[in-house]
Amino acid sequence: MKISIEQVEHVAKLARLHLSEEEKQEMSEKLSQILTYMDKLNELNTEGILPTSHVVEIKNVFREDKVEPSLPEDQALQNAPDRVNGYFRVPRVIE
Amino acid sequence: MLLHAHTATHPYPTLPYPHTSILLKMEYEAVIGLEVHTQLKTRSKIFCSCSTEFGAKPNHNTCPICQGMPGVLPILNKQVVEFGIRTALAMNCTIADYSLFARKNYFYPDLPKAYQISQYELPLAQHGWIEIQVDGISKKIGVTRIHMEEDAGKSIHDENITGSKNYSFIDFNRCGMPLLEIVSEPDMRSPEEAREYLLKLKGILEYLEVSDCNMEEGSLRCDANISVRPKGSTKLGTKTEVKNMNSFKNVQRALEYEMARQIQILEEGGRIVQETCLWDVDQGVTRPMRSKEEAHDYRYFPEPDLVPLVIDKEWIEQIRKSLPELADARTARFISQYGIPEYDARVLTASKFIADYYENTVKLYPNPKVVSNWVMGDILRKLKEHEEADIRTCPITPQHLAGMLKLIEEGTISGKIAKVVFEDMYATGKMPEEIVKEKGLIQISDEKEVAAVVDRIIAANPETVAQYKAGKQKAFGFFVGEVMKATQGKANPQLVNKLLKEKLST
Amino acid sequence: MELCDYTIHELHEMMKRREITSRQITESVLSRIDQVESRIRAYITVLREEALEQAGTIDQKLQKGEIPLTPLTGIPIAVKDLICTRGVLTTCAAKILHNFIPPYDATVIARLKQQNIVMVGKTNLDQFGMGSSTENSYYGITRNPWDLSRVPGGSSGGSAAAVIAGEAIGALGTDTGGSIRQPSSFCSTTGLKPTYGRVSRYGLIAYASSLDQIGPIAKDVTDCAILLNAIAGYDPKDSTSVNLPTPDYTRALVPDITGLKIGIPEEYFIAGMDGEVEEKIWEAVRVLEKLGASSEKVSLPHTEYAVAAYYIIAPAEASSNLARYDGVKYGYRADKYTDLIDMYMTTRSQGFTPEVKRRIMLGTYSLSSGYYDAYYLKAQKVRTLIKRDFEEAFKKYDVLIAPVSPTPAFKIGEKTEDPLQMYLSDIFTIPINLAGVTALSIPCGFTRDGLPIGLQIIGKHFGEETILKVAYAFEQNTEHHKKKPPL
Repeated sequence: MKISIEQVEHVAKLARLHLSEEEKQEMSEKLSQILTYMDKLNELNTEGILPTSHVVEIKNVFREDKVEPSLPEDQALQNAPDRVNGYFRVPRVIE
Repeated sequence: MLLHAHTATHPYPTLPYPHTSILLKMEYEAVIGLEVHTQLKTRSKIFCSCSTEFGAKPNHNTCPICQGMPGVLPILNKQVVEFGIRTALAMNCTIADYSLFARKNYFYPDLPKAYQISQYELPLAQHGWIEIQVDGISKKIGVTRIHMEEDAGKSIHDENITGSKNYSFIDFNRCGMPLLEIVSEPDMRSPEEAREYLLKLKGILEYLEVSDCNMEEGSLRCDANISVRPKGSTKLGTKTEVKNMNSFKNVQRALEYEMARQIQILEEGGRIVQETCLWDVDQGVTRPMRSKEEAHDYRYFPEPDLVPLVIDKEWIEQIRKSLPELADARTARFISQYGIPEYDARVLTASKFIADYYENTVKLYPNPKVVSNWVMGDILRKLKEHEEADIRTCPITPQHLAGMLKLIEEGTISGKIAKVVFEDMYATGKMPEEIVKEKGLIQISDEKEVAAVVDRIIAANPETVAQYKAGKQKAFGFFVGEVMKATQGKANPQLVNKLLKEKLST
Repeated sequence: MELCDYTIHELHEMMKRREITSRQITESVLSRIDQVESRIRAYITVLREEALEQAGTIDQKLQKGEIPLTPLTGIPIAVKDLICTRGVLTTCAAKILHNFIPPYDATVIARLKQQNIVMVGKTNLDQFGMGSSTENSYYGITRNPWDLSRVPGGSSGGSAAAVIAGEAIGALGTDTGGSIRQPSSFCSTTGLKPTYGRVSRYGLIAYASSLDQIGPIAKDVTDCAILLNAIAGYDPKDSTSVNLPTPDYTRALVPDITGLKIGIPEEYFIAGMDGEVEEKIWEAVRVLEKLGASSEKVSLPHTEYAVAAYYIIAPAEASSNLARYDGVKYGYRADKYTDLIDMYMTTRSQGFTPEVKRRIMLGTYSLSSGYYDAYYLKAQKVRTLIKRDFEEAFKKYDVLIAPVSPTPAFKIGEKTEDPLQMYLSDIFTIPINLAGVTALSIPCGFTRDGLPIGLQIIGKHFGEETILKVAYAFEQNTEHHKKKPPL
């Protein structure tokens, strides 16, 4: 599977990554190489095989609907790069 | 969810509302499907133990889990599942014996993990229906699916709060609130049907006591898919999605506008563009939200941090047994128990809270038809005047209403005076007895007192008396009016009638 | 031998006899750090003052009888910096979390604290656990104590290097595709990846959620069992943790394996494998046979597809798990940006290493519209086949024995330019994570150049007792684990 520069750009946008022209080139080469290797999986017939998304069989894990204390005010925003009046602050979101 | 500045102007002429100016070449019908998000009334959030209380200070109801801090894991609130099953049962759905949560990936500042935990391929329930009545005809609207998911936080862009054009503020209190998404089939053929469906759906959720269903507060949100086609056609037209319709009235208005817009384009030989629009309440128009090439790729995959949900028959039956009486059953009971007409029973039971109100009033004043007339008439009119206000917060409680009806029955006030008392109760919340006393509205039933007024009015209008006696029956009404005017409406109407008849015939 | 060179159970016995204090052990560990850390660079954060204070408090409380002397009380432990520690910097070896201080403890940390351990510090790793060499860190490269020109393995390279160098008595690592076992093999420690669901993941910063497990890295099998006892068990904060009773793993440590049936997966002996590694594995099998076990070859036919499946599934989950690092709530935010989107993109581009970005890209691609079925879904189905291979094999065998890595520790820089080669070197560890079973690495000898070689013992779901027992029997009849690097 070959990954073009355009595909790299599209995926980088989805992943919110800036890539330099050089990085795009390298990404295109390395991803192509890796994905070509992945094509190996097509050797296998997986018809009728169910996918495994959970490797250990557990079901129905719940918590009771009970309120516990939230983070104290000083800890709720302690790691925020930018905070004002109890809010996280970000560059304006344009609707 | 909006990521880019939308600077493009609306590609179509804006239409005035209501839109009536085009002479249509043919008759059209709409094809409408609704996607409803309802916030469930749990104590704690869906995946953490933070409170769901409304109106806390920003970020006060947050913890590492709902803030999406590194390394934390979600645990499903059992009540959310039970509310989901209840809703699915009431909407005649098949409940999945195996369902999964999935991650919906997208970047937005109020989505702290950059994915929303939702359900995708294997939702909680599917293939249900809701029955609505339009113009007295019943119609089943299909419910495609019901699934559980978490709400996002809130981004605040209001300059008055942020103090700057350059920033948005993020509050995660709402993040992790439990939501049910209820998706309908495109079975509605008019904006009116859409409104009816939404009201019926709200009614069910209220009966189940799973949601507050307050559109203004956002605990009930609705998006619509709408297309139009010539009546009789079975081919689907290109649809648009309409968002941001934040009241029942607006759902109908927005869809009527969008329907008219689409018809106009078709009539002018144009083509509908598949896009997402926002309803602009102030302008009364829909505007495109983002262009198609910015369409999202949500990259759904099964949520590895949550395990499968396996719901067995036993659990479903247990919940089925605990379901409260729903609207249709209550309608039937009202007819048999209270002997009121089916029409009355339907109107009264459309909302659980109106039905509760009615029954509480009947308990205090056991004349079901009289109560029904007042609730369906004056009470509902009053609520409508106040933008579909909630009957639970109506200043006129069942105690007020029943008290007033007793005063009428006892002859303390007349029906006419009752209207005055009613308005006063609504405005002040005072009990009817108090209002009657304060304003001196007690009916005059003393025969001598009323006779004196009648005598005076007859004496003052000899010409009209002569006309009446010459056969002009209408003049009788004039005398009644004059007597009532002279007594500020307080004279007992039966007594006035009786005395006038006696005295005018002599 | 300094105190820092002893094992947990030896030090515990000495503390029990009141011969030494926690403070003395801690001082010994800190002084070893002073001597060797500048060469090894095993740590991102050393909690010098905190550790001494903790040790002092523990000694006092022990003196007064306020706390019990458990097997871990007063023992200096290092923690991989992918595990959240309340009030202590937790970086994932990433610039994007260079200043993140969690307001919560991972469940494993809370459990260790219940036993009154001394936390020495947070160890280096490949950023977010993505790597097999501990070269992929914002905080520099960790070196192999046996040969400073070589890698310690990864991603838990810091923990393994710290333990074998005496910079900690024991450590916690995490294992998504071999990140406990491969560094254990490269550094001559004993490291165990528990069954998926055996140890709580709460507070483990996710790389690939369906594969990640926390486990011990220790100087011998007994220490491994002691640490596992402390951290294993059901946690209501982790839906994927299994609600099964936790045995006392130290009770499994009896050196009797008579009648044990060993399977040797033939797909784990491939062309290009280092001859000395292969030799030592067979030597180890003979040791076990001498002790009463029998062995035969077994086929795990889907082994060759494991790397491809893993490098689709793990990056896919990672692309989602790492999306939260956006400069809004915590961690790094770029200094300069034009708008919100640019803030996201610049922050993330500056905050991750090229390898992490590569995996995010790979994962985003394989989940994206039009490719999901061909890649992600296909890989999940292949995962089912790999899991079945193990289920079949464990119907017949008690344990499987295999190498951990096709080669001993490689040179720093040797594989950084060729990610696919680096991925392929995980071939013997990855299938275990995909199947969710348990496995450990135990020292089984050295190359002629003095580089450690690890033996992998694989058990079925919740087969930790069995693999610990086999490892213990092997260890009691060999001396490899006693050898220390020349520092």
